[in-house]
Amino acid sequence: MASSHADPTDAFQAPETAPSFLVHNEGDHVAVAVQNVAPGQRTAVYMDSDRVVTIDVTEAIPLGHKVALIALPEGTDITEYGVRVGITRQAVQTGQLIHTHNMRSARWQNSL
Amino acid sequence: MAEQPLMGYRRADGRVGVRNHVVILPVDDLSNAVCQAVAATIPGVMALPHHYGRLQYGADLDLTFRTLIGNGANPNVAAAVVVGIEPNWADRIAEGIAQTGKPVASFAIERHGDLATLAAAARTAQQFMQDASEMPRVPIARNELMISIKCGESDTTTGLGSCPTVSQAVDRQVLDGGTVLFGETSELTGGEHLIAQRCINDTVRAKFQDFYDKYIDEIERSGANLLGSQPTQGNIRGGLSTIEEKALGNIAKTGTVPVVDALDLAVAPTQRGLNFMDSSSAAAEFITLMGAAGAVIHLFPTGQGNIIGNPIVPVIKITANPLTANTMREHIDVDVSGLLWREYNLREAGDRLMATIDRTANGRLTCAEALGHREFVLTKLYRSA
Repeated sequence: MASSHADPTDAFQAPETAPSFLVHNEGDHVAVAVQNVAPGQRTAVYMDSDRVVTIDVTEAIPLGHKVALIALPEGTDITEYGVRVGITRQAVQTGQLIHTHNMRSARWQNSL
Repeated sequence: MAEQPLMGYRRADGRVGVRNHVVILPVDDLSNAVCQAVAATIPGVMALPHHYGRLQYGADLDLTFRTLIGNGANPNVAAAVVVGIEPNWADRIAEGIAQTGKPVASFAIERHGDLATLAAAARTAQQFMQDASEMPRVPIARNELMISIKCGESDTTTGLGSCPTVSQAVDRQVLDGGTVLFGETSELTGGEHLIAQRCINDTVRAKFQDFYDKYIDEIERSGANLLGSQPTQGNIRGGLSTIEEKALGNIAKTGTVPVVDALDLAVAPTQRGLNFMDSSSAAAEFITLMGAAGAVIHLFPTGQGNIIGNPIVPVIKITANPLTANTMREHIDVDVSGLLWREYNLREAGDRLMATIDRTANGRLTCAEALGHREFVLTKLYRSA
């Protein structure tokens, strides 16, 4: 099937001052990309404390996707918003993308 | 923030609307054609076609009646013409709408046919339309506007920006003495305890928990894998990974005020404040239920760009996703993507939303209204007999 769902490449431009990631709460395991982020040393801002940290990002994280702030073994609760939002399907390293490939619901038991 | 005077329509039952629609309401799927013909004959009259109304029974039928009566009775409606295949149910719906004191008429197709029904219903619709055109906007207070909230095609930007912006409006409206409706029962999963904690007393908490438990039991009994449905494929594309993550973003729009009541589907609230309604998270079904409950403005945070509208309730779209804001500009009423980049704070984003609410209340068309989005969808509880 022919399919073209690529994003327009010039769709938006974040200002120079923008962080790469936002973190909801101190203690969260993940940060959310607020622009398309390439691997490298990137800044994240905690929304509840305004604390700024640097993350060593190891793979591309698209806008809206999550990066691991700490290493998590397989089967570990993942915290975001200060609350459990899922469980790791496999071990995750700091700086890696966290999404449906390595994270699952802890509640929908049929959605494994 | 500069306040502008709000002008709306005060109805015979005291409720306040922001639109002055004359609607042609089919009781059943068979009557859609005549209703649409009336709308085509009398410009400005709006038909509300839908797919059900035949052989429904029990709680499912009751819900259809509540939904049709509630939407006809909505304060954004000036007058209603009801058309059904037979007179009994058409009259029942018309009588329900007439309780509000607004003009309503009922027609049945059997023993007349489509064409005679069209002529008769169009004659009444013309009269209602001319009468509605004379109804003046009068000064109203913002806290008289019943507001509903639900997000759609959410992504992580929803929880970061657009839902917290709506949260500002919820808190301000409720602290000002207004009424706000939220729901999306299954989409609280992972954060349902946070809503339960906010219920104002044990009675409301027990009602909420019962609605939640029954809905989740129904989903789990299906044995289905919900990944791709809840969260949706759009949610996943936008970065949301689980129902819990989606739920916490969803809950971020409900403000910090207590939950004063937990309502059955399509039931009008009786308590001022933040009300929960048991409901599907499917946007068109949800907003149709809100219209039935009397909501006159809907706040709709979106991440990936849900384009939903409603014929009766103006839907205000808010996004914090810069990709969506720039690629789907014609659908977005309030762009708060600057929140992601820390260009302004949440209070400022809230001020912008409140200003848009006021302008919408005063008659400015929302994007969905201007684009002709009139999704009107009945919630079906089970198959018909």
